[in-house]
Amino acid sequence: MSDAARATAPRIALVGNPNSGKTALFNALTGARQKVANYPGVTVERKAGTVTTPAGHKALILDLPGTYSLRARSPDEAVTRDVVLGRFPGEEPPDVIACVADATNLRLVLRLALELKQVGRPLLLVLNMFDIAERQGIRIDLDGLSRALNVPVVTTVAVRKRGLDALLRKLDELSAQGVHGATAWREPSAAEIRAAHRDSERIMREFVKPPLRPDTWTGRLDSVLLHPVAGTLILLVILFLMFQAVFSWATPVMDLIDAGFTWLGTLVAEYLPDGLLRSFIADGLIAGVGSVVVFLPQIMVLFFFIILLEDFGYMARAAFLMDRLMGAAGLHGRAFIPLLSSFACAIPGIMAARVIDNKRDRLTTILVAPLTTCSARIPVYTLIISAFIPQKLVWGFANLQGLVMFGLYATGIISALLVAFVIRKILWRSASEPFLIELPSYKVPDVTNVLRGVWQRGKIFLRRAGTIIFSLMVVVWFLSSFPGAPEGATGPAIDYSFAGMLGHLIHPLLAPIGFTWQMAVALVPGIAAREVAVGALGTVYAIGGQVGTGTLGAALAASWPLATALSFLTWYVFAPQCLSTLAVVKRETNGWLWPSVMFTYMITLAYIASFIVYHVASALFG
Amino acid sequence: MRLSELGIGDRGVVIGITPGAVTDEAAIDHAELERRLLEMGFVEGARFQVLHEGLIGRDPIAIRLDDMRVALRRREARAVTVDCTAMDMAAQ
Repeated sequence: MSDAARATAPRIALVGNPNSGKTALFNALTGARQKVANYPGVTVERKAGTVTTPAGHKALILDLPGTYSLRARSPDEAVTRDVVLGRFPGEEPPDVIACVADATNLRLVLRLALELKQVGRPLLLVLNMFDIAERQGIRIDLDGLSRALNVPVVTTVAVRKRGLDALLRKLDELSAQGVHGATAWREPSAAEIRAAHRDSERIMREFVKPPLRPDTWTGRLDSVLLHPVAGTLILLVILFLMFQAVFSWATPVMDLIDAGFTWLGTLVAEYLPDGLLRSFIADGLIAGVGSVVVFLPQIMVLFFFIILLEDFGYMARAAFLMDRLMGAAGLHGRAFIPLLSSFACAIPGIMAARVIDNKRDRLTTILVAPLTTCSARIPVYTLIISAFIPQKLVWGFANLQGLVMFGLYATGIISALLVAFVIRKILWRSASEPFLIELPSYKVPDVTNVLRGVWQRGKIFLRRAGTIIFSLMVVVWFLSSFPGAPEGATGPAIDYSFAGMLGHLIHPLLAPIGFTWQMAVALVPGIAAREVAVGALGTVYAIGGQVGTGTLGAALAASWPLATALSFLTWYVFAPQCLSTLAVVKRETNGWLWPSVMFTYMITLAYIASFIVYHVASALFG
Repeated sequence: MRLSELGIGDRGVVIGITPGAVTDEAAIDHAELERRLLEMGFVEGARFQVLHEGLIGRDPIAIRLDDMRVALRRREARAVTVDCTAMDMAAQ
């Protein structure tokens, strides 16, 4: 194909093993000119960017999910296979496939390169992290390797932006050649995989000499970090520091965002005439979006640590250390990261479940993720605990309020593990997916790549806040505002709205667990997001004429028995009081089935647990 | 001998993949397990050494496999037949 005849920009697909530095290469090539979106119909991220080649073409670079083989095992890997083969609907086949390899770890990727050759499109082998290979004294006969594979070979150091020009020139040459021939690829059999291994083994022996100065750091670090006792303790310390950071670093920024949205709300209230429009903008739009955006700092701090540890090579070790514990609950070692993320917010947790290959393991993780104590529960917990639990020492050292808080967190974790166990026993009775992962060599993380990753996570979260979550907030505002209170009404306006009607309607159902009708009314807007219930309780009790000058906590303490408060806390441990989570589950599982399952089991669990707590507490405390 | 029976420090050579040895119910069939092990580098002739064991039940295990590191459960390690005596010969 001549340059003039080229109708579209050349498309380059980056394919490689996990931990090959593929994403660092993608970042080095495209810089800020990249777009992260979802492939239509599946929840796999499509990372695309552009770069201008020496020949003046504006090439499109696709960063495909890492894989060991084109034989797809997870939704991520299926995308890689389908895009490479040109089978993905709506995605043009790539003009050139660039197989990205960690130059220090070539054995498995050579087999992948042999598999990619069968695809029949121009192929280029990129030996990335070549500086590390040189430092270790690995001698690679580049010409020999290129001849043996019959594929051009270039070397790069993505994080130092070295070798990129040579890579782009080769891409120009290859994309000008056009397609070689038809795809000969099909799923290899075990015998074919063995044969390909023998070929790559032979090529390795002939053209790659083992390191003169092998990396000894990975072994030394592992002897501590993977030590059964010391390693587990270090993991706990890392988690502890991570949570400290999530909650302490993020708080000032969260307060700032909160203040910003409040200020915006009052500004609108000042300049717009009292009425529907003002209520919609101030209470619906600004308050609604604000209540979600306020979690952005926590999510970014959390992902900063996750991406940092991932790039360092530690996450595979964390999965190794936690595998047996997670395995006892029927979960995969990799479920550890999604569940960890869920402590900030279930939404990034559910999104992070994409790293799990097996569909059932992934679904189990998604279903239990909302049981871990997300930060939206904290406002509810602190309100109720400070109002009802006395500030006193127990057992001589423990603060009772702190102890209750800890108990709520522990209940969340234990119930998540128990539910996972039950799901595995009831829903799919099969044994678990094999745990088989590579433990990559440790590498110093590249700051730019880490920050870029954090930035992208933040953008994805905001995009969700701006679409699904935003529209749900509008619906909740509508339910809480219409119809308005009649002339001369004495109760709070929400009492006359659809939300109020719904609250009164469901109150008989909630009475057996000790809830007042005001609580039932507050639960309706509270379904949008957990912390919204605090504001809603404020509205119901404040305008309900039951609050004098005291705080909401004091008002609650005056009107609820202790059993009701404990029942309410229990409800918040289990109840699916977060429409955004359900919406994200719908998106991630492509249908209403799993969000419905999640809603049903969580609300059943919440009701039963609250019922027991209410009646036991009533009997104990009167 | 099977990889699942070894402890820290044991070394040897992979002599075969026998997924039929994993008898309890699994999420994937034997042919798939064999292919996944092969893709991870468990091929006949690959040299290995057991490096680490997990805290509970000494499971999972981390091994050096040729020039990379791999972790797996003892359950799947049953499918890897190994020879620990051939090590000296292979090392030459």
